Amino acid sequence: MPLLEIKNLTHRFEGLCAVDDFNFTIASNELVGIIGPNGAGKTTVFNLITGVYRATEGSIYFTGNELVGRTPHQITKLGIARTFQNIRLFKELTVLDNVRIARYGQAIYSPMEALLHMGRYNAEEKRITDHAMELLSIFKLDDAANERSKNLPYGLQRKLEIARALATDPQLLLLDEPAAGMNPNEIKQLMEFIGWIRKTFQVTIILIEHQMRLVMGICERLVVLDFGATIAEGLPAQIQNNVKVMEAYLGKELVK
Amino acid sequence: MSKLKAAYQTLLNKWHIVIAHRFFWPIFLIVGLLFSIAASTFDILDLYLQLILIYVGINIILTVSLNLINGYMGEFSIGHAGFMAIGAYVASLLTVNVFPQTANMFLFPAAILAGGIAAALIGLLVAIPSFKTRGDYLAIVTLAFCMIVKSVLENIDAVGGPRGLLGMEKLTTLPWVFFWTVLSLWVIRNLVYSKFGRGVLSIREDEIASDLMGVNTRQVKVIAFVVSSFFAGIAGGLFAHTLQYINPRMFDIIKSTDILIMVYLGGIASIAGSILGAFIYTILLEILRPLGVWRMVFMPLMLVLLMIYRPRGIMGLREARLFIPLRDLFASKFWRQKKKESGDASAGD
Ligand SMILES: Nc1ncnc2c1ncn2[C@@H]1O[C@H](COP(=O)(O)OP(=O)(O)OP(=O)(O)O)[C@@H](O)[C@H]1O
Ligand SMILES: [Mg+2]
Repeated sequence: MPLLEIKNLTHRFEGLCAVDDFNFTIASNELVGIIGPNGAGKTTVFNLITGVYRATEGSIYFTGNELVGRTPHQITKLGIARTFQNIRLFKELTVLDNVRIARYGQAIYSPMEALLHMGRYNAEEKRITDHAMELLSIFKLDDAANERSKNLPYGLQRKLEIARALATDPQLLLLDEPAAGMNPNEIKQLMEFIGWIRKTFQVTIILIEHQMRLVMGICERLVVLDFGATIAEGLPAQIQNNVKVMEAYLGKELVK
Repeated sequence: MSKLKAAYQTLLNKWHIVIAHRFFWPIFLIVGLLFSIAASTFDILDLYLQLILIYVGINIILTVSLNLINGYMGEFSIGHAGFMAIGAYVASLLTVNVFPQTANMFLFPAAILAGGIAAALIGLLVAIPSFKTRGDYLAIVTLAFCMIVKSVLENIDAVGGPRGLLGMEKLTTLPWVFFWTVLSLWVIRNLVYSKFGRGVLSIREDEIASDLMGVNTRQVKVIAFVVSSFFAGIAGGLFAHTLQYINPRMFDIIKSTDILIMVYLGGIASIAGSILGAFIYTILLEILRPLGVWRMVFMPLMLVLLMIYRPRGIMGLREARLFIPLRDLFASKFWRQKKKESGDASAGD
């Protein structure tokens, strides 16, 4: 059974069809790239999977559960986490709190116990704080735990976003253009890092990128989106020489 | 020499922890309680000064509880006076009409608590529909709520209609105000440093991201709103038994504006700021008393100017270290120590 299965997914924004009869499956432990030119509908697909938008038509199954109609936090609880194309950290909050917030579902105590700092509160807070610090130290962010996240340099903010997503204990990680705004050297490091995360945390990853050559190296399979529909799908080498893809990108990457 | 300096430095570091979290709070509580009892039993403190301190306490409760919604959560509620009214009326009806006169001294805390609970329940009724949808409905809903409470009270003869309620004894004493003020600060501070409190903060920062990180944003908003209303109700009960007279007009939008000013003056999302804002504003009101009705011009103007030039207030988004739990305050430090210890342990093997 595939981990995630998207069937006939369609989403319209007041007439504009951002996702058009999109079909997609991913199995456990795969790393699949979704590429496509600006405005192709890539981010919208992520927003539909994670419940930010409700699909106009179609269905999304994750480990056998229908996701359409569920709220984002319910979907997160099922095991899907994501990062954002434009970094969306909790800017004024500390690096530690950014990660601990993502463990909302893992800390088990009642509002009453929270108000009085009694019962399970202490043990649970210690547990999630230790876990958060552990995660931060894996990302070499533990020294910055008490910093406000807005004060981190850009590259570290991107890393923190991935750490925060991982803090929800996901099975499926959705990365939306994690390399945006980075230089080629940083991008190379990031792609290696993503491969490492996949192994270490045993997560399945869908990676959005609009520059094709960045993901050639690490993705096993690519899906090319244009005007909300899949125009090509396959191994990176096949995609590279696909005529339709060249057309979609004409005047952009391939001309260079 | 350098050893001495190092020792001094450790002492200084440790001292802060000790002073902040081991000794300061118990000592502060005992001294505060003793002082407030002494001041109200023996003639240590001028009655007028006592009254001002009582208002400072009530205003701290109002400010810190509204700060939870407007500061920590970043929503905009203008209905705080409405919840205060509910607490004031419920507590007053209990001490005047229900409880036997002779037992009032002992049942006073129960009356105050009942006022808080009534306000919390109404808070729940307001919160559930208002937080169902995203957007800036809360300001409108709470404004309407404040007006409804006022006109309902004006139209119930059993509670005195527009004339209001009389006959409360002066049960609000300095020790009781001290107790309720400390309780409200402690509870709200506890909430803020819990998963629900962090949920509240993350809603202010980015609600959609918060939801996507697994925070049940609706649940968190409702909890915050209920706790906030509860303490507004507590403050209302204390207020009614200070003034010994209440009427619906006391709890109109102007009262709400006062509380808003204290929040935005002291600083959003800060316990220390709430205390500071309430202190400064209460004293300022006393000093400006000779201005009479001109205060009505001065105060809203002050709110507008504050929101333009100092939107976060004096302590905006900052907290006095005294209020921050050690686990949060020294997270990095504790972690480094822990890593070093486990490193030493494995090196010793
Ligand atoms: N909230 C919205 N309301 C209206 N239209 C939207 C909305 N979000 C996206 N769109 C439109 O839907 C289309 C797909 O947008 P989407 O953000 O999914 O593209 P993308 O593939 O992620 O592009 P990029 O590479 O620039 O990030 C675009 O034409 C965009 O303008
Ligand atoms: Mg996008």
